[in-house]
Amino acid sequence: MIKNILNLGDAALYCDFGSDVNQEINSNVIKYFYHIKKLNLRGITNLTPSYNKLIISYDLNIHSFLSLKKKIENIEIKENNKLEKNLIKIPVCCDNNFALDIKRVENKLKLKSEIILEKFFSKNYFCYMTGFVAGMPFLGDLNQEMRLKRLETPRVKVPKGSVGITEQFCNIYTFETPGGWNILGNTPQNIFDTSNQSNPNLVNPGDTIKFYRITLDQYNEIKR
Amino acid sequence: MKSKDRNYFKILRAGINTTYQDLGRNNLYHIGIPFSGAMDKRNFQLLNSLLQNDYNSPVIEFAYQGPHLKYFGKDIFFCISGNVSFKIITKEGVIDGNSYQCYLLKNGDEVDIHSTNKSVYGYFSINGTFSVDYYWGSCSINTQAQIGPNNGNKFSKDLEIEIIDINNSFNKRKLDYLGSTIENIRVIKGTNYDYFSESSQNKFFKESFKITKLSDRMGMRLQGPKIENIVDPNIKSEGLVKGVIQITSAGDPIIMLSDHGTIGGYPKIATVISADYDRLVQLTPGSNIKFKDVSLEDAETLYKLYQMETNNLIFQIK
Repeated sequence: MIKNILNLGDAALYCDFGSDVNQEINSNVIKYFYHIKKLNLRGITNLTPSYNKLIISYDLNIHSFLSLKKKIENIEIKENNKLEKNLIKIPVCCDNNFALDIKRVENKLKLKSEIILEKFFSKNYFCYMTGFVAGMPFLGDLNQEMRLKRLETPRVKVPKGSVGITEQFCNIYTFETPGGWNILGNTPQNIFDTSNQSNPNLVNPGDTIKFYRITLDQYNEIKR
Repeated sequence: MKSKDRNYFKILRAGINTTYQDLGRNNLYHIGIPFSGAMDKRNFQLLNSLLQNDYNSPVIEFAYQGPHLKYFGKDIFFCISGNVSFKIITKEGVIDGNSYQCYLLKNGDEVDIHSTNKSVYGYFSINGTFSVDYYWGSCSINTQAQIGPNNGNKFSKDLEIEIIDINNSFNKRKLDYLGSTIENIRVIKGTNYDYFSESSQNKFFKESFKITKLSDRMGMRLQGPKIENIVDPNIKSEGLVKGVIQITSAGDPIIMLSDHGTIGGYPKIATVISADYDRLVQLTPGSNIKFKDVSLEDAETLYKLYQMETNNLIFQIK
């Protein structure tokens, strides 16, 4: 399933699963990720799954590129290995104060805001990966008519909890951070919990997300 | 605990970016948490060796201007690594301190760390252990994700740094070391090297780049000849490692450092080799650097040599 293994610098393997972004390729990445994680190989310092790549960082005192590459190439994963999937429901409030880019999205997609939100909430989304900042999930796929580019000029600060869309993807800003996604709403739910060290992420690669709409009162109730 | 039993430093001035660091946290990239840890691992290692601490003991890292600390408690030794100017203020007077040398502190003495010289990071620790909380096996403070002791924030004025353990069998030690600097940064070509025009590939290795002020523990932004992308200014977001050099849509290089975002969507032109990382992070804004291309095999050998050099320095501590 790995097409090719290259080096990323002198202390990481760059495992290429293909160039397309789809759930089939991504599921293969995630299967490898969980399998290698479970093996708990000495000297592996990080695993980073993404849409169609898996990066394996290692301790140069323990491995060299060629020896570790061989080890990874020899791993056998059965195609029918089932992925563990959770369905996670996340409340989102689309009050004007939170839907920072709804006007822009209306203009770009040539759809009324109510239609945009209806389409957004009518679908379940697959978690391709988490990261960039702690716990941020990259979800997909949006329907074809919902796809647009990111902001021309990224925001310096996107509020924590913002739910945004770009191209075929949506995400949740787990921290206040710079970012350029089109913001449709905000969730009061904590997506990343520093105090829960064994499982800080609410959403993990392979999970399915169902967003549901809440009012501002409900939002404030949950926040309290 | 009665206050007379306490051993602690009070922060009179916090400095620009003062944090606890150790070797950092592993195996969390997949949830978006980077390694963090001491930026300059050699100086981190030397400091804990000088103080006969455990190899992964917490130290205080500072950048440019360091903290001014006042000590309260029983006699203790401290040491500073890096290229650092500092003063020790006691009842007998004020003296200039030297890095890589241990000094005695008595109740009421102060250490005023003025600045790092022609470098960015310095390290301070004691013959003992700071009282820190551990997050995923590390006490490193990642201010971006607010992970670590002190609620994941950098030190601020009036903070009290508690010491839980002092090694009483400690003997003063020192190392004669002037530090190690570097002008050419050695890199391995990146996975998107062929995204860039041939003339830009040549410029990347022939011309020099200036380190801008937009540099911190997350990354280092460079300015120089624009690097022209002939394929696509974006890639499908994928994992990053420290040392990766991405080229932004504007054509400028940005080097990922220890607190970097774990995934990114800019093409990767090259990656700094592990042997040069400690010296890369010590380069100050305004410095000019040149990149030099090396093979993967050479990079692996150069790392072993660099580690041997560090071990030799540790062996020379007396």
